[in-house]
Formats: sequence, C-alpha cells, structure tokens
Amino acid sequence: MIAVLSQNLPFVVSALLLLIGMYALLFKSNLIKMAIGLSVMGSAVNLFLIALGYRQDSIAPIFTNAPLVGAVNAAEMAMPVPQALTLTSIVISLAVTALMLSLAVLTFRHTGTLDAEKAGRLKG
Amino acid sequence: MIELVQHFPALAIGVPLAFAFLLPLLKKWRNSAVIAALAALAVTEFLALFILQDVLQNGIRIYSMGAVVPGLATPEQMAVPVRILLSIDAFSAFMGAVAATIALLAGIYSIHFIRESHSKYFSLLLLMLAGALGLVFTGDMFNMFVFFEVLSISSIGLIAFWLHRAEPVEAGFKYLAISAVASIFVLFAVGLLYGQHGVLNIAGLSRSTLLYGFAFTDIIALALLVCAFSMKAGAAPMHYWVPDAYGEAPAAVTAMLAVASLASLYALFRIAFTVFGATPLIELVAFAVIIFGVLSLFLGATMSLVQKDLKRLIAYAGISQTGFILVALGVGLAAIHNTPLQPFGAMAMEGGVFHVINHAFYEALLFLCAGAVFLRTGTKDLNELGGLARRMPFTAFFFLIGGIAIAGLPPSSAFASKILIYESVYFFNPLIAVIALVSSVLVVVPMVKAFCAIFLGPEIGKFKKVREVPGAMLFTMLVLSALVIIFGLFPGAIVETIVSPAVNALLSQSAYVGGVL
Repeated sequence: MIAVLSQNLPFVVSALLLLIGMYALLFKSNLIKMAIGLSVMGSAVNLFLIALGYRQDSIAPIFTNAPLVGAVNAAEMAMPVPQALTLTSIVISLAVTALMLSLAVLTFRHTGTLDAEKAGRLKG
Repeated sequence: MIELVQHFPALAIGVPLAFAFLLPLLKKWRNSAVIAALAALAVTEFLALFILQDVLQNGIRIYSMGAVVPGLATPEQMAVPVRILLSIDAFSAFMGAVAATIALLAGIYSIHFIRESHSKYFSLLLLMLAGALGLVFTGDMFNMFVFFEVLSISSIGLIAFWLHRAEPVEAGFKYLAISAVASIFVLFAVGLLYGQHGVLNIAGLSRSTLLYGFAFTDIIALALLVCAFSMKAGAAPMHYWVPDAYGEAPAAVTAMLAVASLASLYALFRIAFTVFGATPLIELVAFAVIIFGVLSLFLGATMSLVQKDLKRLIAYAGISQTGFILVALGVGLAAIHNTPLQPFGAMAMEGGVFHVINHAFYEALLFLCAGAVFLRTGTKDLNELGGLARRMPFTAFFFLIGGIAIAGLPPSSAFASKILIYESVYFFNPLIAVIALVSSVLVVVPMVKAFCAIFLGPEIGKFKKVREVPGAMLFTMLVLSALVIIFGLFPGAIVETIVSPAVNALLSQSAYVGGVL
C-alpha cells in the first residue's frame, strides 16, 4: 500500500489538491475563497499533467538538443505533449480566475457583500 | 475555388474567430461594426451549410491544421496524427449547421435588441459561435477542451452583459463556477486518456479502445467526462444554473446558450459512442444518462409550473426537453450491445437527434418572443403583464407556435420527434415512455399559463402605448416559426436527409475510425 502510494506520490498529491479545491468551491460561501478553490483545482490538474509527462532521468524535450541514437549520454526525453497541454491550461485558468474575480468585485459593488448566501437573489 | 473549398472547415471556425477580434477596432463606428458582424455570421452560416451538404454527399471529411495536404490525417508515415485535426462527420456537420443558423438569427435579432456596446456584444457572440463550431468540428480531445473553454468564457461575458444589475452578474458567476469545474474535469480526463492510450486524437483513442480494450483509468476518465458534459448541458440534478443564466442573459444570447448546451450534449455523445462505444462499460453510462434524462424531464416540467418569471419558466420547460434528448440517446447507448433492442435504439436515436434540432429552434423562438415582450414592456414578471395580444399580435402568434412546439402538439416538428422517442423508448422500458409522455403533457400547463398571462386578458393601462417590435426581430421569429412548422409538416423528409445520416455516423464507430485515420 505504502509502496504504491510512494511510487505514485505526484498523482496522489494532485488528486488531494483537486479534492481540497473542490471542497472550497462547494462549501465556502465567500466568493474570493471559491475563486481560490478553483485556482487550486486548476493547479492540481497542471501538476497531474506535468507528472504524467515526466520520466526518470529524462532530459528536456528540445529537439535540437536531442542526443544521437546510441550516444554515450543517451537519455530519454520527457514527454512534450503534456507540457504543451499544461501551458495552454495555465493560460486558460488565468483567464478564468481573472473573470471570476472581476465578477466577485461586481457582486460586491452591487450587493455590498462577498457572501454568496447573502448576495444571492436568484432563487426557485 | 476547389482549393478554397478544401479549407472550409478551418474557415468556418476562423472567420468568426477573426471577426471577433477585429470588431473591437470598429468600436467608434457602430453601424459598420454591426454590418461586419452580420456579414461574418452570414459567411459562417454559408460555410456550415456547405460543409453539411458536402459531408452528407461525400461522407466524413477531415482537415489537418497547417498541413501541406489538409486531407491527410497521418502525414510523413507517422502512425498517429501529430497535427490538430478537424474531423467532420454527419453528426458534427448537423450540429454545426444548427449552431450557425441560431447564431445568425440571434445576430439579426440583436441589432435592435442591444442598445449599447455593439462591438463588444457582437465580438463575444462571434467568439461563442467559433467556440461552438470548434467544439463540434474538432477531432482532438485537447482541442475540444480549448474550444469548450472559449465557448464558456465568451458565454459568461454575454450572460453578465448588463452589468448595471446584480442578477446577471450572479448568474454569470454561477455559470462560470459550473463551467470551470466542468472543464477542469475534462482536462483531467484528457490527461488520463493520454496517459493510457498515448494519443489525443478522438479516432486514435477510439482505435486504441477497439484494439486493446479499456483500463481502470478509462473508467475514471469516462465518469469525469460524463459528469462534466452533462453538467454543462444542464441535465438534472446539475440543472440549477440553467434558469439563472437563461433568465438573466439578453434574449438572443439565451438562444445561443441553448446551442452551447446542445454542443455539450454533442461532446457527451461523441465521447460515449465514438470513443467508448465498443466497451461493455457503455451500459453503465447509458443508465446514468437515462437517469439524468428522466430526472430532467420531470423536474423541468414541474418546476416550470411554479415560475412567475417568463424566461425562467421557459428555461425550466427547456430542461425537460433536454431530458427527452438524454433519454433517447441513453436508450440508443443501451441498445448498442443488445441485438434485439438495436432497431429501437436506432429509432430512439433518430428521435433524439431530430429533437436536438427542433429543441434548438423552438427554444430559441420562445426566448426571442420573451425578449420582444421584455423590450417593449421592460418586465418579465407574469403578474405584471397582460393583454398584449392587441398590441403585439405577431409576437403573440409566434409565441403560440413556440408553445405548441415545446408541448409536442401537432403540427409542430417536436410532435414528430417526440412520437419517435415514445414509440422506441416504450420497447426499452414502458415506464420511461410514460414519464416522458406525462412530462410533455405537463409542459402544456406553464405554456398556457404564460400565454394567457402575457397576451390575453384586459388591457393594462401602462401598456397602452406598447408597439410591435421592429421588423428585423419579427423576421427572425418568423424564420424560426416557419422552420418549426415546415419540419413538422415533412418530418419524414427531414429525418431521411439529415437526421438518419447523423445517427448512423454516431452508431458506426469503425466507420469513424476508418474515415479519419
């Protein structure tokens, strides 16, 4: 059990982060805290993707630096695709966080509170 | 010309995307911004219809972004596609045509409906269309995630378009929370699938599940994807954002939001049928989808009864219509590996896919009518409205057609699609068919209530000076009503020409893989 956990530690950590973010989003009523939760969830997924692409003792996946096949210092490259995915996802989660915070600011201006329970007017 | 035709799939996404970023430059020239936006919408509509006609004639069409030969999926003797691929089969082309049509009509409607910041509004509308088209045309899981985000971020900008009130901001926040969680789930699932299969291409994934079966991580990925997409489609029990977002957005945007929900349904069924169709896992998904569907059917219809706000009432009725689509496609999924049920599964799918197009049209029609009432009276509250049929006879007539369609009465198109669904679902499980029928009848009640409250009754003093809405707005409603009635009068022809090819495209996983790779 412990061996499995330690081998997959990055994945376990990212799953835990995902749950923590989800907890904040579901159970916190402060809009800023919800934005933080969402941000944590985004980072958890980024961490997961990076861990997915990593290989033990690998080098950075830059094609021009690639060692020749059969060279003495031949090492595997880390998988480049998850890193590309992560870059895109960082940009997107930045946009989402900015949008969420600006909506929180607007809510505060209109209602004078950041508490979702008190600010909520749409029901039923 | 032939060379340009090759690039139509990329152009269909590229034109709205390019114009979305050009429009803010035209901020000072209001009329030219509107004309440019409408031109872009019209061009995209033409491209989408052309692609639909082309795909129906010549079968699945692919386009690899940035390749010398766009028609080649796997260049340079690679085993898997390395470029971003658009793969358009009959189902994607069908959804693309629906999205482009609704967007064009929403654009025409908005000329008079939106009074300020035209360039911002139309730029977001075009971005939304680009997102929806990208989502349905893409052949790549990660690209799907990106367009999913483009679609949701632009729709949030439009839901919270009227920033001077608190309610739209709240609705936007709710929608943002939902869609951000949904897209994080999608990205997580994409990562899992990539780790398991080593490809991001949908056809590549599909081939990999056909060849090597599926693993435990696939189950997690599938569960995450089903949750994410049904959340975004507004299926009960994840429906609570729908009435808020639909109710507070400008009317034309609400019509586009319905399209966004349908695009999420597209993604759900693309994943379920095309990627995981061969795995025995799919029966579980089928039951989950049917349960979501039955819940949406019943909850939507009953909650619609008690609403006092016109747009929330229509939104809840719309949830129950989403339930129809979910039930039909769920039965289709359940029948994949069950040979005696297969003909009924195919029939249910025909009903469901036909209902997708009908739902898009009459839902848009009802919301546009509600917007017309709101534009002239300034309220959506059913208790305040009344006696408007004398002042707005055309809007009243179009609302009546929309109400008839959503209740599934002849001669509307929804009657045909609902009959197909009842008949086939009955053989799967009579109880579900009964629930569907009862919910459909229940929806009549809120529609009658809304029609009576708004248009009938004695004239109210403060609405004495209300006029009919401008011609452009009436024109969009006329087009939608005409489509609803024409589809209802000739359902056989519509099912033959566009619905069955879409269903067959969904059902034959190997044809998709063979067509793309």
